[in-house]
Amino acid sequence: MSLAHAPALATTERSFHGVEWRKLMMWLFLVTDALLFAGFLGGYAFCRLASDRPWPDRTQVFDLGFITVMTFALITSSSTMASAVLAARNGNRSATRAFLLATATIGLLFLGMQAFEWTHFIEDGGRPWENPWGVPGFSAYFFLITGFHGTHVLLGVLVLLLTATRSLRRPNAAEMVEVTGLYWHFVDLVWVFVFGCFYLI
Amino acid sequence: MSSSPAAPAAAPGRGLPALLAAAFVACALLVVLGVWTHGRMPALASRHGASIDAVIRYLLVATGILFLLGHGVLAFFVLRYAGAGERGSPHASARTEWRWALVPVLVMCVLSEGGVLIVGLPAFRQLYVDTPADPWVVEIVGKQFEWLVHYPGADGKFGESRAELVSDARNPLGLDKKDPNVADDVWTRGQLRLPVGRPVLIRLRALDVIHSFTVPEFRVKQDLIPGFLGRTQFEPTRAGKFEIACAELCGLGHYRMRGFIEVQEQSEVDAWLSDQDPAF
Amino acid sequence: MAERSGSGVLSAPAAHAGHAGAHPAPRGFLRRYVFSTDHKVIGLQYLVTAMLMALVGGGLAALIRVQVAWPTLAVVSPETYLSVVTMHGTIMVFFVVSLALVSGFGNFLIPLQIGARDMAYPLLNALSYWTIVPGCLLMLLAFFVEGGAAAAGWTAYPPLSALAEAVPGSGLGQTLWLLAMALFIASFTMGGLNYITTILNCRAKGMTLMRMPLSVWMFFVSAVLGVLAFPPLTAAALMLLGDRHLGTSFFLPGGLVFGEEVLAHEGGTPLLFQHLFWFLGHPEVYVIVLPAVGIAFDVIAAHARRPPFGYRISVWATLLIAFLSMIVWGHHMYVSGMNPLVGEYFSIATVSITAPFSVLGINLIASLWRAKIRFTTAMVFALGIISVIGTGGLGGLYLGTSTSDIYFHDSYFVVGHFHLMIGVVTLMGTFAACYHWFPKMFGRLMDERLGKLHFWLTYVPMMAVFVLMHYQGLSGMLRRYYDHSMYAFQAEGIELARVISYFAFAAIAGQLVFLVNFSWSALRGRKASENPWEATSMEWNTASPAPHGNFADDPVARRGPYEYAPPGSRQDFAPQWTA
Ligand code: HEA
Ligand code: HEA
Ligand code: CUA
Ligand SMILES: [Cu+2]
Repeated sequence: MSLAHAPALATTERSFHGVEWRKLMMWLFLVTDALLFAGFLGGYAFCRLASDRPWPDRTQVFDLGFITVMTFALITSSSTMASAVLAARNGNRSATRAFLLATATIGLLFLGMQAFEWTHFIEDGGRPWENPWGVPGFSAYFFLITGFHGTHVLLGVLVLLLTATRSLRRPNAAEMVEVTGLYWHFVDLVWVFVFGCFYLI
Repeated sequence: MSSSPAAPAAAPGRGLPALLAAAFVACALLVVLGVWTHGRMPALASRHGASIDAVIRYLLVATGILFLLGHGVLAFFVLRYAGAGERGSPHASARTEWRWALVPVLVMCVLSEGGVLIVGLPAFRQLYVDTPADPWVVEIVGKQFEWLVHYPGADGKFGESRAELVSDARNPLGLDKKDPNVADDVWTRGQLRLPVGRPVLIRLRALDVIHSFTVPEFRVKQDLIPGFLGRTQFEPTRAGKFEIACAELCGLGHYRMRGFIEVQEQSEVDAWLSDQDPAF
Repeated sequence: MAERSGSGVLSAPAAHAGHAGAHPAPRGFLRRYVFSTDHKVIGLQYLVTAMLMALVGGGLAALIRVQVAWPTLAVVSPETYLSVVTMHGTIMVFFVVSLALVSGFGNFLIPLQIGARDMAYPLLNALSYWTIVPGCLLMLLAFFVEGGAAAAGWTAYPPLSALAEAVPGSGLGQTLWLLAMALFIASFTMGGLNYITTILNCRAKGMTLMRMPLSVWMFFVSAVLGVLAFPPLTAAALMLLGDRHLGTSFFLPGGLVFGEEVLAHEGGTPLLFQHLFWFLGHPEVYVIVLPAVGIAFDVIAAHARRPPFGYRISVWATLLIAFLSMIVWGHHMYVSGMNPLVGEYFSIATVSITAPFSVLGINLIASLWRAKIRFTTAMVFALGIISVIGTGGLGGLYLGTSTSDIYFHDSYFVVGHFHLMIGVVTLMGTFAACYHWFPKMFGRLMDERLGKLHFWLTYVPMMAVFVLMHYQGLSGMLRRYYDHSMYAFQAEGIELARVISYFAFAAIAGQLVFLVNFSWSALRGRKASENPWEATSMEWNTASPAPHGNFADDPVARRGPYEYAPPGSRQDFAPQWTA
C-alpha cells in the first residue's frame, strides 16, 4: 500500500493527543518493524554468545574505513530529510522536493556502496552457508540482517521518490513528508545498531 | 427508541436456569469425584518423584476447592437471579469492586506462588541443585527412532564419538576407535540397566532431531537437543521394568520410539554389564 | 425510525447517502460484497472464511479422534497422522478462531461500538482480508503436494521442520505452511495497526477511552499484543526458510546425522527457534482469548441487566495480563534444558498471571450478582465461557508450576488445557457474539430453540472431551502419538479415548446445528428491531442491519457503555447515545 492512495477518511476524523492517524499508524508500524530487527539481532546475539568457536575478527573481514563512509552517508541523509520536513512545514515546495531528492540520492549511494561491500564479501568467499573466517552463522546473519536493512533502504528510496513527485501537490503534503521522514530516520537508526553489531563489537 | 418486541420475551421459565445451574454443579462434582476415584498416575519409582507428586497433590486440592467454589457460586447466581426482582442492581461502589479484586489477587498469589516457591522447592532442589555423590553415569543418545544407551565401562570414561563415524548397523554412536577410552565402552539399543537406590546421572544428546527422554514412573522428562549436551538425574527407588517413551515430536516413528529400563541391585547390573560385548 | 431497517450489509444502500463524512454506498455486487471496503462486509467475509476453514479443521479433528481411539483401524498412516494434527492445530488457531473472533468480530464491532463510520483505513482493511484468502488456499494446497502437508506440529520446531530428511511433510508442504503463515502475519499486522489507530483516533464525540465497551478494550489490547508479538515470529519464519532453502544454519547445529549421512550444517541452535516462536506463541493465545472475554462481559451486561462488575479494574487487569504475557514465553520450554534458574523465573512470572486473570473471572461472575438474567442463547454461551475459563485456567496452574510440568509436559493434560482455552472459550465467545450481534449483521434474530440445542451440544460434549483429556494426561498419555497401544502405561488410556471420541463426534455434530441456524436465520429468521436486547452500547444506535456508513447522524456518547438499571429512571437502561 502506498500512502499516496489514502482515501478520504470515512470516519469522524480526530486525533489522539495531537497525533494524526497517519502518523500514528507509521509509529505503530515502526514499532513492529523494530521488533522484527530485534528478533534478528537477538538471534545474532544468541548465536554469537552460544558459539563454542571464536567469532571471526571483524578487522580481517571488513574494510572499516569504507563502512564508516557508508554510515556517514546515511547519517547525512537523515539531516537532509529533516530539512525536507522543515521546508514542507514552511510550505516551500521546491525546497522540499530538492531535499527529498537529495535524501533519495544519498540513499541510492548507500545502496551502491552496500552492493560493493557485498560483492567484496562474496568474492572473499562469504556465503549464507559458509565463509572462510569461521562460524557459518556469521555470514548467514550478515546477509540476513544487512540484506533486510538494505531492502528497507530501497523501499525508503522509492517512498521518497513517490513523495517528491506525487504527494507534494496534495493539501496534506507536509504531513506526508513528515510520515516519510519518520520511516527514513528509523531506517537510519536501525543501521546504527547493525553497524554496532557487525562492525564495532 | 423504537419498540423492542420479541427478544426479551425469550426469557423462559425456571427450566433453563435450573438446568444450567445443575450442569455447572454436576460438572464441578463429576470432575472432582473423577479425580478422586480414577485420577491415577503410574506408580512412583523415584526419590524426587515424591516431591513432584506432592506438588501435584497440592494443586489438585487447591484448585479443586477453587473449582468447586467457582462453579457453586456461578450456579447459585444463575438460579438466584434468574429474571428475579424488579430490575438489576446498578454499579457497585468502587470500594466493593476493589475489595473483590483484592481477594482473588491475594488468594491466587499465595496459592500459585506458594506452589512454585514453597511446595515446589524440594523437587527443584533434588532435580537441579543437589549434586549426588557417586552417581551411576550413563549416556543416552536419541535418534530416529530409538534410544542408544552408552555405558562408560570399567574406566568410567565415555569414549569420543564423531558424526562421520556413525554407521547404523555397526557403530550407531559413531565411537572413535582411536580413543583409548572407547575400548571398554558398552552400548545397547534401548536397554538401560540402573541400580536401585543409587543416584543416576544421565547425559543426553541427540543425533538428528529433538527427542524427549520420558519415564513416567520416575517423573522424569528431559529434551535431547541436537548440538547440546543435556543431563538429568534421579534415583530409582524400586526394582522393576519400566518403559522409556519419547515426548517430543520427532517424526513418523515418534510413537514407537520405545526403550526399556530394568532397575536391579547393583551387583546384578554389574554382572549384566560384564556379559555385554565391549564396543570394540 | 423502524423504517431504516432493511438497509445494510446485505440489502439495498440506505437513504442516508450524502451525509457529511460518509461516502455513498458503492453499487454493483462485486464492489459491494466482494471487494468492499466496508468494515461490516469485511468482518462477515472473515467470519464466513473462518467457518469454511472450521469445516476443514473440524473434519481433521474427527480423523484424529478415530485414529487415537481405534488405532488398529489405521484410518491414516503415521505420516498422514502427523500432517493431520499439524494442520488441524494451525488451521484452528490461525485460520479459524483468529479469523472469526479477532479479525471477523473485531472488524464488525469496533467502528460500530465506538461510533465511527468505518475503520481508519478501509483500503488497508480490505487488503488485509485479501491477503488472508491466498493464505488459506496455500495452507489447504499443502495437502495435495508431494510428501503431504507439514508434519512438524503447529509449533514447527526445527530440525524436524527444517530438513526434508527428517519427516516427509518437511518437503514442499512445510514451505507452503511457512508461506501461508507469512501471509497470515502480514494480514494480521495490517489489521492490528488499523484497530489500534481506529480505536485511538476515530472515536465518536464523547467516547472517551473509559467509555468504550470492554469488548473494544479487549480488541485493543489484543491488537497491541499482536503487533508486538508477531514480528519475532516473522523473523523466525524467514530464518527457517533460509535454513531450508539457502543452506544457512540458523537453527541447525553441526554434526546432524540422518541414516549415515552427515549434514553440512553447522553452528546454529534449535533452541533459538523455540524462543522466537514462543515469544509470539504465548501472547498469541491471549490475543485470541481476550476478545472472547470482552464479548462475554458485553453479552452478560446486556442480558443480566446490570453493569459489569468492576469495569475499570477489568481494564487494568487486562493490561496487566497483556504485559505479563510478554515475559513468560519460557514456560513452554521447562524441560528443554534451559538453565533451571531461568526456568524458575519463568515459572514465577507465569503463575502470577493467574492473579489478574482471576480478577477477570471474579468480575464476570460478580456481574451476575443481583442481576435480572434473561436466558437468551447469547447469554447461556457467555455463562458457559465463565465455567470453561475457570476449568482451563486452573489447569494452566499445573503447567505453569515448573516442577509439575515436568510430568505434564507434552501429555494430553496440555492438550486438554489448551483446547479448553484456545478452542472452547474462543469458539463459545464467537458463538455468543453471533447470537448477540446477528441483528446488526442481517437485521434478523437467530433461532433461539436451535441456539439452545447448539449450546448443550457444545458445552457438555466439549467439556467432557477436554476435561477427560486431563485424566489421560494424569495417567501419563503423551500427545502427537499415532498409536499408544505399544506402551503398558499408555494402553489403558485408549479405553477412555473411545469415550472421548464419542463426545467429540457429538460436539462436531452440534456445530452443524449452528451452521444450519446461522444460514437459515440470515435468510428467514425473525426480523429484529433496532435494539432487540434493549442494550446500551453504541452499535444499537442504528438500524438493524447496520447501514453503510453505520450511523444516520454523527453519534455522540453521553455516558458509559453499560448504564443498565440507572437509579431514578423508569426504564431499566440508559443508552449511551440518548441525551
Ligand atoms: C487462549 C489460550 C490460552 C490461555 C488463555 C492460556 C492460559 C494459561 N496457560 Fe496455556 N496454553 C495454550 C493456550 C492458552 N493458555 C496453548 C495453545 C498451549 C499449548 C501449546 C502447545 O504446546 O501446543 C498452552 C500451554 C501452556 C503451558 C505449557 C505446557 C507444556 O507444554 O508443558 C503452560 C505452562 O505454564 C500454560 C500455562 C497457562 C497459564 C498459567 C494460563 C493462565 O493465563 C490461566 C489463568 C486463568 C485462571 C487461573 C482462571 C481464572 C478464573 C477464575 C478464577 C474463575 C473461576 C471460575 C470458575 C471455576 C467457574 N499453558
Ligand atoms: C482453536 C483451536 C482448536 C480447536 C477449536 C480445536 C478443536 C478440536 N480439537 Fe484440536 N488442536 C489444536 C487446536 C484446536 N483444536 C491445536 C493447536 C493442537 C495441537 C497440534 C499439534 O500438536 O501440533 C490440537 C490437537 C488436537 C489433538 C491432539 C492430537 C495429538 O496430539 O495427537 C486432538 C485429539 O483429540 C484434538 C481434538 C480436537 C477436537 C475433538 C476438537 C473439537 O472441539 C472440534 C469441534 C469442531 C469444530 C470446532 C469445527 C466445526 C465448527 C463449525 C463449523 C462452527 C462454525 C465456526 C465458526 C463460527 C468459526 N486436537
Ligand atoms: Cu523421538 Cu519423539
Ligand atoms: Cu504459553
